Amino acid sequence: MDAHSASHGTAGEHAHPTPGMYFRVAVLLFVLTALEVLAYELGRLPDAPLYTIVEPVVVPILLVLSAVKFALVAMFYMHLKQDSKVFTNLFVWPLILAAVIILSLILLISLWHKASY
Amino acid sequence: MAQAATTTADAGHIDEHHWTSTGLNSRKIAIWAFIGSECMFFASLISTYLVYKGKSLVGPLPHTESQCMLQGKMQTCEAIFEIPLVTFGTAVLLFSSFFVVLALYGAQRGNRKMLVGWLSATVLCGLFFVGMQVYEFQHFFHKGLGYSTNLYGTTFYTLTGFHGSHVTLGVIWLSTMLYLAIRGKIPPEKALNLELAALYWHFVDVVWIVIFPVVYLMR
Repeated sequence: MDAHSASHGTAGEHAHPTPGMYFRVAVLLFVLTALEVLAYELGRLPDAPLYTIVEPVVVPILLVLSAVKFALVAMFYMHLKQDSKVFTNLFVWPLILAAVIILSLILLISLWHKASY
Repeated sequence: MAQAATTTADAGHIDEHHWTSTGLNSRKIAIWAFIGSECMFFASLISTYLVYKGKSLVGPLPHTESQCMLQGKMQTCEAIFEIPLVTFGTAVLLFSSFFVVLALYGAQRGNRKMLVGWLSATVLCGLFFVGMQVYEFQHFFHKGLGYSTNLYGTTFYTLTGFHGSHVTLGVIWLSTMLYLAIRGKIPPEKALNLELAALYWHFVDVVWIVIFPVVYLMR
């Protein structure tokens, strides 16, 4: 974002992306979704090639691919890369809070579950 | 202030009645604040799903065979997920996000043909996704997974059902925009109306980007 800002003057002076850029993002999203399904299939079938490599890391792979897709949509389709940082803050801080809620609940319940046995 | 005005002018919409002391449009701030609150709403549903994942005592289960009650007796049930169908639905939803930005691009430049065409494609994609979800729920129900069958059924239907209801609302919103576009009531200076609907639609898309791997692909 900073590099982009530097090349176009002040932060708010960006035009929204062109249809060509939107198309490239769409293709990238499609490819990343295909990679997610590929990782799922490789980690599911013991006879599949690379099963022993992919199976232990399939969850981190899926999380990273999902995060990249999320960021691409937010930055380019929701125009957070070009729009005011106020909008980014209105979205990102609740998102961080949401992630903390998810992690805290999982940790809390798993600790409670261990303690109850 | 000047910075925000430039941004808005770039986007092709000048709205004198909704400027705030931040220099930003109040309606756009409102939709982003709403989206922020929705993040936390879906976080609570996703965390509930994850907390109860793998804790069901009876089937049917998403990825494995299990013992479940069918027609009054315990039977072996097969895994219920159909990954190819959901993958196709995911791709359709992703492409609908692409289509709606093209519709917005057309609206901001006064290209009515582009606006109506791509907005129609977006609505069709949304309808397909809702149809896919209705089919999926019906399919799971016939395989023995009701809302209160097990913990998996309760958390799955709650999470994906709320997402589906958001998609349905998005389709209704975009259909209204399409109706207005066909009647020529979305000129470039009113493109912000479509931009707000598009932001909501993209949010529905990013929630599915999280739900798809978490619910369908993580075993």
